[in-house]
Amino acid sequence: MTTTDIPVETGERNEHGYSSFRLGGFVFSRDEHFAHIEWPTGRHVMSVEAFLKALMRDVAWNFFYGIVNFDAVIGTMNHYGNVDLFAGRYNDAYRKAELDHQENFDAGHIMATFQAMLADWTNDGFDPFAAPQETGSAFGGKNGDNLAAVTRTRVTAERMVGVPGDEPLRSDATGHPINRMFADVPQDEPAVEPEAGYEGEVAAFNLYAYLSRSDVTWNPSVVSVCKESLYCPTTEEFILPIIHGNDRVEWFVQLSDEIHWKVEDRETGAPRANVVMKSGDVAAMPADIRHQGYSPKRAMLLVWENGSPALPDLIAEGKAPKTAVEF
Amino acid sequence: MATYTTAFASLARYDKGGVEVINDDPKNYVFSNMFDVASAASPWEKVAVAKNMQYVLEVIRAEGTSEWRAAPHDEFALVVDGEVVVELLDPAEPQVDPRAQGSVAVAGEPAGTPMGRITAGRGHMALLPAGRCYRFRAEQPSVILLQTIEGPDTVYRWADICQTA
Repeated sequence: MTTTDIPVETGERNEHGYSSFRLGGFVFSRDEHFAHIEWPTGRHVMSVEAFLKALMRDVAWNFFYGIVNFDAVIGTMNHYGNVDLFAGRYNDAYRKAELDHQENFDAGHIMATFQAMLADWTNDGFDPFAAPQETGSAFGGKNGDNLAAVTRTRVTAERMVGVPGDEPLRSDATGHPINRMFADVPQDEPAVEPEAGYEGEVAAFNLYAYLSRSDVTWNPSVVSVCKESLYCPTTEEFILPIIHGNDRVEWFVQLSDEIHWKVEDRETGAPRANVVMKSGDVAAMPADIRHQGYSPKRAMLLVWENGSPALPDLIAEGKAPKTAVEF
Repeated sequence: MATYTTAFASLARYDKGGVEVINDDPKNYVFSNMFDVASAASPWEKVAVAKNMQYVLEVIRAEGTSEWRAAPHDEFALVVDGEVVVELLDPAEPQVDPRAQGSVAVAGEPAGTPMGRITAGRGHMALLPAGRCYRFRAEQPSVILLQTIEGPDTVYRWADICQTA
């Protein structure tokens, strides 16, 4: 998405060196420790580290599927072309107190503002995609930037990683060393023996080795495509920086280790379940919940998505299924 | 410096998690385990463990030599336990309706040109190209997770494989 030609409303730099940003009635500012969000009926404060980690996912995932809750108050709802920015909209207490607020923006407009905010507020040495022990600090006054980290693009294979002409494998040479928590993951590649003329179709790769070299956490990337069926594996460590509110069914296959999911009602935030997934487990996230993952050790998670272009209309019409299967 | 052990389950050793309900129906999460499913499956059964509209993920217990199969679209076989050899063949005649979805069994030994083979171990993912024929071989019980579309041989047994209470 190219958004550099879209104007962004910024304010004067404050005493900490950071610009403020306006989106309609919302104003965003940061100081040494916190992000401050104000809207016509209220205000909110978040740890700036948590805010930047959430903002990074919202930007990199192009507002993702459904709702990206930065926390229990602030977030975005993707309508695929336009996006709601909200405060308290999916919080039962804010709704009952009539303190909630939301505004709708053209996707390019809100993306340009979020990208500019992410670039300005991320200091040198802080990587919002990295695990806590693998990055510098988000805190303090303005101290350079980390544009290389915050402008990473999501890997999206057209057919399969490793197929000639598609996304390349990862290696030390590509700048992807094996993560410290995956040092024991075998790096052997499958034996691929094509006959002459079939080199482009006889293809395989070591997905686990590929994932062991991921330099980001909680960032699904597309590695194989069966029509609209997308394998989006990711490596997870610590806490998912957003609470994902599903607008469609989403599947998880736990490839390695263990992740705990807190599942809440999508509209109100009321707890519905805890889901503990261990290696080999498979589970669906229904389309009317929101979920946040906790991963004690870096883990390999296969996120399986349906990228059908027909789904946004079905979702808007309330015709998309809430659960994966009935039995 | 701390050392870490990455936990990969297998047919021989798996430990299921589960859904701890607060205010919900556990069936909404369609919770199962690939190795639990493969343990109870017959060789080469294609048991759905995940479904999203017409798309499915099938667990296949690989043991011995499979029949030849073909699909009109790409499929992807991820070996999650053991070792599986994939043989690929460019058929002399089309073996599957290009408008169909999912894979179909190919009768007997199809005529065509051998394309090559892949020997895949745990964690290896193989492309099963659209319109080509493939068959699997596994000397020891192994497990494949197949990314595909539901077809005539997809097996559904949700009540048997999923947490219901």
